[in-house]
Amino acid sequence: MLDAMLSSPLFGLTLSAAAWWAGCQVQKKIGPLPPLLTAAALVIAALSLFHIPYASYAAGGDFIKLMLGPVTAVLALNIYNQRAILKEHFLPVLAGCLAGSLTSVGSVLVLCRVFHVDDALAASLLPKSVTTAIAIGIAESRGGIGGIAAAAVMVAGLTGAVFAPLFAKLFRITDPVAEGLAIGACSHALGTTRAMEIGPVQGAMSSIAICVCGILTSILVLFL
Amino acid sequence: MNIMSELTIIFGLCLISEGISALIPVAFPASVIALLLLALLLFSGALKPEHIQRASGFLVANMAFFFLPSCVEVMEHAPAILGQLAPFLLVSFLTVPLIYCVTAWVVQLLIRLMGKGGRSHA
Repeated sequence: MLDAMLSSPLFGLTLSAAAWWAGCQVQKKIGPLPPLLTAAALVIAALSLFHIPYASYAAGGDFIKLMLGPVTAVLALNIYNQRAILKEHFLPVLAGCLAGSLTSVGSVLVLCRVFHVDDALAASLLPKSVTTAIAIGIAESRGGIGGIAAAAVMVAGLTGAVFAPLFAKLFRITDPVAEGLAIGACSHALGTTRAMEIGPVQGAMSSIAICVCGILTSILVLFL
Repeated sequence: MNIMSELTIIFGLCLISEGISALIPVAFPASVIALLLLALLLFSGALKPEHIQRASGFLVANMAFFFLPSCVEVMEHAPAILGQLAPFLLVSFLTVPLIYCVTAWVVQLLIRLMGKGGRSHA
């Protein structure tokens, strides 16, 4: 019976939903701890503790992962709803995304040299600030490992999602357009979830940055 | 619009984008093509926001949840990452505030230079 339950995709779906619910409860009680962090820690702990193979979880988890495509696509509606601001600030938006993409690729290259990182890891880290789907494609096309690229994307995304308000204070960013674009440029769709909590302008600008930075980074790495 | 018709539009666009992504010669993700297509349809007026409003609202409101399996997948690559944990974490973590700072300041300075104060949108 247990084998039948573990081999069903419903196992991964149920575990994800339960862990997410627990993550939300922890956030309500403790405060600014993102449910994603708690939920991921709970799922990993459950799989490790009961010696359940990752493949059992992935059978259901892959259904949830599949939804990342539609979730990214519908960000177009956020952009559309903020079209007046986009039109007003078109040039700063484009320049900011270009600066962010250049900084992202350049800083990873420099730091990988400084830390003597091997080529496969460097190729995996290169696209870490763009959304998962783009990052895996870029990493694998340059001899990197898709899974490590996805892990680096998650670290960058979580860092942005957790520290975005602190960064705004630290770097004295008061403009919501600048704040939103910066969140999207450094921490893709995961950061955008936080940007949408900060404000509608920040959320829409972060959505724009995912798209523009994704395209720019894909083009930039072609020249490396 | 019925929720199923909204989902048909969104899933259909993603499916078409998968096809386009396979056709184009460079590695470009289907999700971003779908975002661009949907934006094109909305901006051209071919699609009204109310055609996808409810389904989009649900997906966006629960967006972070869909990243959970990708986060859990990190455990699968733990041995490879642990081998070079320090550079992995340093590069992944340190570059985030740097990218934030450069992007935000370029945008903020340009908006100020162009005489458009962003505070009015807050």
